[in-house]
Amino acid sequence: MIAWTIYITFAGAIVLLVVPRGFVRWIALVTATAGFAISLVTFFCDDVDLAHFTTVMRVPWVPALGMNYHLAVDGISLTLVLVTGLVAISSVLFSWDVTDRANEFFFWLLLVVGGSYGVFLSADLFLLFLFYELVIVPKYFLIAIFGSTNKEYGAMKLTLYSFFGGALVFLGIIAIYVNGGSLDLNQLAQFQFAPQLQSWAFPVLFLGFAVLAGIWPLHTWAPTGHVAAPTAGSMLLAGIVMKLGAYAALRVAMNLFPQGFQMWRTWIAVLAVVGIVYAAAVALRQRDLKFVIGYSSVSHMGFVLLGFATANVFGVSGSVLQMFSHGVIGALLFAVAGRMIYRRTHTRELDALSGMNLARTLPFAAFTFVIASAASMGIPGFSGFAAEITILIGAWKSYPLAVWITGVGMVLVAAFTLRALKRSFFDVDLGGSAAPSGDVKQMSASPTQLSSSAERSIHLEPITIPEKLGASLLMFATLAVGLYPKLLLDRIQPAVEAMRFLK
Amino acid sequence: MSYLELLKLAAPETIVVVTALAVLTIGLTSTKAKGLCSVVAVLGIAVAIGAVLMLPPHANLFGGMLVISPLNSLFKIICLILALVTLPLFSSERSLPNPGEFLAMLLLGAVGLMLLVGSEELLMIFIGLELLGLSLYVLAAFDKSDIRSAEAGLKYFLFGSTASAFTLFGISFIYGMAGTTALAAIGQKLAGAPVQPLLAVGIVMTLVGFAFKIAAAPFHLWAPDAYQGAPIASAAFIASASKVASFVVLGKIVLVGFAPARGSADWHAMLAGWSPVLAALAALSILLGNFVALAQTNVRRLLAYSAVAHGGYTLLGIIAGGRDGFSATLFYTSIYAITLIGAFAIVGVVRRESGDDDLQNFVGLAARSPFLAGSMSIFLLSLAGLPPLAGFFGKFYLFSAALRAGGNHGLLWLVTVALFGSFVSLYYYLIVLKVIFVGESSASTAQRGQSGSGLNNSTARELPSRATIAVLAAAVLFLGIMPQTLAARIIASLP
Repeated sequence: MIAWTIYITFAGAIVLLVVPRGFVRWIALVTATAGFAISLVTFFCDDVDLAHFTTVMRVPWVPALGMNYHLAVDGISLTLVLVTGLVAISSVLFSWDVTDRANEFFFWLLLVVGGSYGVFLSADLFLLFLFYELVIVPKYFLIAIFGSTNKEYGAMKLTLYSFFGGALVFLGIIAIYVNGGSLDLNQLAQFQFAPQLQSWAFPVLFLGFAVLAGIWPLHTWAPTGHVAAPTAGSMLLAGIVMKLGAYAALRVAMNLFPQGFQMWRTWIAVLAVVGIVYAAAVALRQRDLKFVIGYSSVSHMGFVLLGFATANVFGVSGSVLQMFSHGVIGALLFAVAGRMIYRRTHTRELDALSGMNLARTLPFAAFTFVIASAASMGIPGFSGFAAEITILIGAWKSYPLAVWITGVGMVLVAAFTLRALKRSFFDVDLGGSAAPSGDVKQMSASPTQLSSSAERSIHLEPITIPEKLGASLLMFATLAVGLYPKLLLDRIQPAVEAMRFLK
Repeated sequence: MSYLELLKLAAPETIVVVTALAVLTIGLTSTKAKGLCSVVAVLGIAVAIGAVLMLPPHANLFGGMLVISPLNSLFKIICLILALVTLPLFSSERSLPNPGEFLAMLLLGAVGLMLLVGSEELLMIFIGLELLGLSLYVLAAFDKSDIRSAEAGLKYFLFGSTASAFTLFGISFIYGMAGTTALAAIGQKLAGAPVQPLLAVGIVMTLVGFAFKIAAAPFHLWAPDAYQGAPIASAAFIASASKVASFVVLGKIVLVGFAPARGSADWHAMLAGWSPVLAALAALSILLGNFVALAQTNVRRLLAYSAVAHGGYTLLGIIAGGRDGFSATLFYTSIYAITLIGAFAIVGVVRRESGDDDLQNFVGLAARSPFLAGSMSIFLLSLAGLPPLAGFFGKFYLFSAALRAGGNHGLLWLVTVALFGSFVSLYYYLIVLKVIFVGESSASTAQRGQSGSGLNNSTARELPSRATIAVLAAAVLFLGIMPQTLAARIIASLP
């Protein structure tokens, strides 16, 4: 049944091309919700074996070349399908105000979502690569047509980086295909590749996938891309697309080339730790709120890669949990920055925002951002904490030094998050502190506020219902997983234990 | 061997020749017979396709002069279909006089294609090449009101005839060495002996002629001008059907005739022969084509340089050799031809609407015509090799065949070059798409306002072009999702 996530999403995308504009966002919402509902049902009913990569569908596709339309699911992929559904729903909700070329917008959006479902569920290497590359072009159009700051540059950069990674992946995949003689991931997982092949094919493949996961120093597409993208675009990028790379690196590169992985894993750990600290340090200096969040995404994805590098059950399970967690938190942060703040104030400059006293005018936005920041910093009780602590426990066994350096990184993460939080919402300019709380209209109408400078008089439309719904959904997810991580870990851990590189 | 039987086996060619003559006659008798000529031509091609289907599976006449095999029949059909889809591009063109002559040349070109594909003997191949070439020279120069068309024709003719001279010279050397012109016999004669200098000269000269036909660098110089200057239908025909037939023949010549002189293009074990020569041509074409395409501002020139690069990719399969490699080449060149005709058809529509085919004429096409914009993105993204389009599968098949060939991933270097090239190519395809989808020009709306009165008239005339575009876009999408429909056929037809 889980396969229907893919079909429904693509069918919804095609329907969007022909329906009149009024129905567009509803159809997109129904499609996204249906995908999420299906993954939720699969998640809670126990008739699928989540400990192994269980085939749910297998049809010959190009028999002459051994390609099958082969879908499978295990705890890892189901977790990611789940976060895809969550982010898809909330990104549609946060795009409720898109009216210009709306058909096109939601069409591209659903293609990204559908392609991502495809990647997470593919058990055939060619199929996986097909879905993986399918996501590239919709991203481009989503950003280049609907984006904001420097959108054409950001879109092109992101697309070229993705495609560059794709070219490396292409090389790795045909190397696997030619040597392994099959494209079936389960069969290939039993195949013993020559160590000489693994030594060069693993880094090619891993790096190719990791470009999309934002590995340092090939991460620079991420901040510019996130900033240029429309709100839903940033949410999808941070929430789903970066996970595509990480997931595929785990499923394909590490699982098929265990020896290559052992040869190179120290280097992965080094790059991951550099990424965590470097991105956090850079985020500390950004003036644009979205840049701050963009670099924080890179930093958080560094944890995922560090978890991979540990090569033990804790680290890798933590990575998968972190993918879920960052998917939710990243989407939430971008939703606040892009939709709640930018669409109303038309600026994301921290300096400009600090005078606006947004905590008073947009209390719900402030509340959401506090929750998201807390989760992002890794405060216990949120999913970020559960994931990062698991990763660090795993890393302690393999690379104790990395844990110390990462600790510095975590302090930096807390620093830039608090800085962004304070500057954007709670920086009260002198005299402004006396402003009465309450209705925006009332405030802008009251002429007695001498300190209410030009910004104050901007009429800020209140947070709409779809925004509240979307934000609540994501906040609920991060809290639920943070308070009861076993919910996911119980399904992730057996699947990770079944992977070959641990043995 | 009776003449009746010869006629029976050569029935498809005969039908097309008769159609060409009939079309010519109709064109002579009345000047306004465009519609009738087109219908007769379409019917003739359709009957010829039927005749190919009726042929026996295997036959061999006059020592390989006319060979009927599943492969040859399949590619005769593909060439005829390509000619068929080129026709509507012509009928939408209003400025070309003498439709009868144009269609007759196109049909004679199609006969050349069939002879080329259906022969496994060097002299007959040369005759096919010349028949095809001469028709194409005329087609390229057909628009007598346009000086660029004359330039295209002249350039194509000068380069083409020089290349033909090289080919003929090379063939004569090979005949001198092997004492025969039939490909299979040449292969047997050359086997066992080391590659002698004279043979090497012959082989290289023959390859030069084909490198010209497929526009491989450094023999590509005619391509940008011919693609840009020739009438749209001629350019599409030159870029597609002629290339498909050339790849089929090139593959047969080197893989059957020159099989013993293959050499090796593996990076750790280079060995003199034709494969390192082709590998050098391929690598040069990929790099030069893609990098020069980056700088183009005219869409047809851009397509021309990208065609150079695609010629390079397609060579990979022949260099890899074997059934796997050759079928990958054949698949790739077929889908490439379909894609390119579609792209040219769109360029033609845009050219007629907005006067020219520079990038700026495509600005805001998505707002003017979502259909054209959507189809163009299908074609260009297929060329870039993105799923779920035919080009994606084609590249996967081609590159995996190349990596598999040779010992210990010998062709890894070439595959890397090709992947790098296709990475570069995405940039310029995206630039075109960016212009189409993102750019919004005020000029385009003004133009639309002007031509609003003649809209009905032009829509009726554009109908054949638009229908072709729709069919081709659907084909590219279908072959991307269900590639085995064509791939399995090609693989099955190879011995």
